[in-house]
Amino acid sequence: MTATKKSFFAKFTGQVTLKRGVSAILIFLVIWHVGALFDDWFGVDIIGIGLVPPPADVFAAFLEVIPKIGYWQSWVSSFSRVLTGFLVAMLIGIPFGLLLAVNRYFRGLFFPPFEILRPIPPLAWVPASLIFWPTNEMSIAFVTFLGAFFTIVINVLGGARSIDISYLRAAQSMGASQFDLFWKIVLPGTLPSIFTGAAVGMGITWEVVLAAEMISGGGTQGGGGLGFFIWNSYMGGSLEQIVVGMISIGIAGYLSSSAIRKLGYFMMPWRRLF
Amino acid sequence: MTKEKHRNSGLGALSIKNVTKVYDPEGVNVLAVDDCSMEIAGGEVCMIVGPSGCGKTTLLNAIAGFHSVTEGSIHLDGDLLCGPSKPLADQGADRMVVFQHGALFPWKTLQENVAYGPMVQKVLAPREAMDKASTMLAEAGLGSFLTKYPGEVSSGMARRAEIVRALINDPKVLLLDEPYRAMDALTKQIMHESLLETYDRTGVTIFFITHDLEEAIFLGDKVHIVTTRPCQLKKTVEVKIPRPRSYETQSSEAFRKLLEEVSDAVHEEAVKAFQAGEREMA
Repeated sequence: MTATKKSFFAKFTGQVTLKRGVSAILIFLVIWHVGALFDDWFGVDIIGIGLVPPPADVFAAFLEVIPKIGYWQSWVSSFSRVLTGFLVAMLIGIPFGLLLAVNRYFRGLFFPPFEILRPIPPLAWVPASLIFWPTNEMSIAFVTFLGAFFTIVINVLGGARSIDISYLRAAQSMGASQFDLFWKIVLPGTLPSIFTGAAVGMGITWEVVLAAEMISGGGTQGGGGLGFFIWNSYMGGSLEQIVVGMISIGIAGYLSSSAIRKLGYFMMPWRRLF
Repeated sequence: MTKEKHRNSGLGALSIKNVTKVYDPEGVNVLAVDDCSMEIAGGEVCMIVGPSGCGKTTLLNAIAGFHSVTEGSIHLDGDLLCGPSKPLADQGADRMVVFQHGALFPWKTLQENVAYGPMVQKVLAPREAMDKASTMLAEAGLGSFLTKYPGEVSSGMARRAEIVRALINDPKVLLLDEPYRAMDALTKQIMHESLLETYDRTGVTIFFITHDLEEAIFLGDKVHIVTTRPCQLKKTVEVKIPRPRSYETQSSEAFRKLLEEVSDAVHEEAVKAFQAGEREMA
């Protein structure tokens, strides 16, 4: 057990990996810096690039917003929206996908409407849900939920349907009941797909939340969030703050997906070898 | 205990009578097995040899209860498994399958895999099942791999563990579908010795499908050569080489003669299968 743990940490904090990661970020910053200051130095723009604030200015803007409560409120409201939509999508999507996979009647009944609704992009739901739901907050939550829901269901369904039939036959020959088959074979067999769906769904959720906040967040109710933070910076003409907002989203997305990876690592010990 | 049970009472006799199986995918009838009959005595190692895609696995699936039979019947120790009144046999722990591609549950350790059968059947408490699993895995030389996942051990170890997982259920018949396919010759040799050792210990009836003629003769009491699709019994060769057999057996004169005999019969079928394949392609 200890050996596995050690190797895991060694893999992620190992000298080489760390060095590579840090130098990649440094190189990126240098390119950014050169690109932003190119016309100051040489008097000509790089074609296609206008006013990009250099990393130092963005860093200064970062230091400026960090003590402000409003910035952190944006984090909290975006995160809580993502989490709500995502968790509801998991809670409904996983059982729904599993039912579609194991029950022929359920699949016959619910798969066709699901497949018609699935191609509709979550953002296309925004106007309708603004009208339908009583508050802005609820319509954002609903659209966020949709973003993750379809992805999770499709992954769970695909994962459960592709479980090797030999596993089911072996378990049945050994005397497993339908209950055992579901909990001991179908569910663990689907877990990797559930986590794939969750990781992809989490990404979509962030996209949707940000867009929905830009569209509806300027109103008097609901509002706020990192999407609105960017929009507000744009309206106020603060280029540096726009980039601060963007980087914040990058960090938020990274934190979310690494949380999912950690959870997957703990729940699927047999996949730690990969 | 297991040994006495099988050795003394000759349990696990399979009687396959006039079995026919017609698949019907999209209205096109495919005759996979045609009027195939075989008698397998309790405690016998019965090897089934035939060209690829000839319907051997269909026969195994019928015995295991994965597929129905169209005509004919299969009895185990005189009890009907499947027949005209009941085309699909019940799946049961008296007939354990070791699958072609391996079917250890990847999310369970070797020990948990082996303990699974007695645990879901509730014949043993979880603790007892785990203890028995560890004892049996140790007997098979896997004592230091109890907490490993199938993905962490070699294919040879996984196969041995899978056979242990079958044996813990005390089956009357072990159904093996080309279990050592795609293994190198050295690993195969180890697998054969391990299986023979297990057989000598338990005396369980073995129904073993293979392409490998040397494997068939080295392991088997009888080698049943079946025809290309539809599958019918073509010839039965009795292997009268005494047990326990060892690696040296394979260089004996008797072994060489049997190999020639089996080869001749199989070669004829392989040519037919090849020509049939060419016809289908044309």
